[in-house]
Amino acid sequence: MKKNDLVIANKRFKSRLIVGTGKYRNMQECAKSVKLSGAEIVTVAVRRVNIIDKKKPLLMDYIDPKKITYLPNTAGCFSSEEALRTLRLAREIGGWKLVKLEVLGDKKNLFPEMIETLKSTEVLTKEGFKVMVYCNDDPLMAKRLENVGACAIMPLAAPIGSGLGILNKVNIRIIRTQTKLPLIIDAGLGQASDATIAMELGCDGVLVNTAIAKAKKPFQMALAFKDAVKAGRHSYLSGRIEKSLVGSRSSPSKGII
Amino acid sequence: MKKIKIKVNGKLKKVNENTKLLNLINSLKIPIKKVAIEVNQEIIDKKKLNRINLKNNDKIEIVHFIGGG
Repeated sequence: MKKNDLVIANKRFKSRLIVGTGKYRNMQECAKSVKLSGAEIVTVAVRRVNIIDKKKPLLMDYIDPKKITYLPNTAGCFSSEEALRTLRLAREIGGWKLVKLEVLGDKKNLFPEMIETLKSTEVLTKEGFKVMVYCNDDPLMAKRLENVGACAIMPLAAPIGSGLGILNKVNIRIIRTQTKLPLIIDAGLGQASDATIAMELGCDGVLVNTAIAKAKKPFQMALAFKDAVKAGRHSYLSGRIEKSLVGSRSSPSKGII
Repeated sequence: MKKIKIKVNGKLKKVNENTKLLNLINSLKIPIKKVAIEVNQEIIDKKKLNRINLKNNDKIEIVHFIGGG
């Protein structure tokens, strides 16, 4: 169903679930979880090659970048300079222009440093990158990111890896009403139902890493998130009933014996 | 032949003077298609690796994609 595709920077994706590839016990577990999740986009980090132990497995040997879209991420960067350097290197690895920008400002809670994020978004967009931006659930900042050329807005649900779920549903709804850009919840989801809630709020997708990778059974949680995202999307599109403080019986009163 | 000191991914290494960057990458058995390379924080076009002679105190960074969130 083309109408239901997720479109980011003119690229179409069938799945609305994006998954991270960090924190898994090994590459096999990561690759199988990605496959089971049905995700077509995975986030990846840019790090030094191990020049001493060359037998260390490479991500690309397990997840084929020709089949799954790699989304280079600047996780771990605490300044605009570091983030720009990382993404320019990512582009050089193989022409990646669709990237996820994440500039952190707080080592404890891993909150985004929004001033640096805004600056970096502008520079990267001017350099031809398509920038998906990790940000606070702040409608004003989301608007400013849109104004400087972000191709997707990715507000946090809660601190990265916290599993707390969506803490500020109202702000997410406000951001939804103000933008036509893809709105993707990034960070803080803990279980599949959190993804359903995100989709029911009108988000275009969710990005999940820790909730799958660190679940006791990652494969089962990958499947759960796959279904949860679909359920939430259908629920959002189907037009839910109004809430009411009084009951409304489902069976007709006529013909009661 | 005179040796020079360089740093590759933070590790000190001695190589012959005038070693080409391409020779260094090949000697490390790095799959060129899967990495990006910086010399002194400047990204190097991978097609031009054989045009670059390494100099004393050069800092080389070779990066690739790994699992991340």
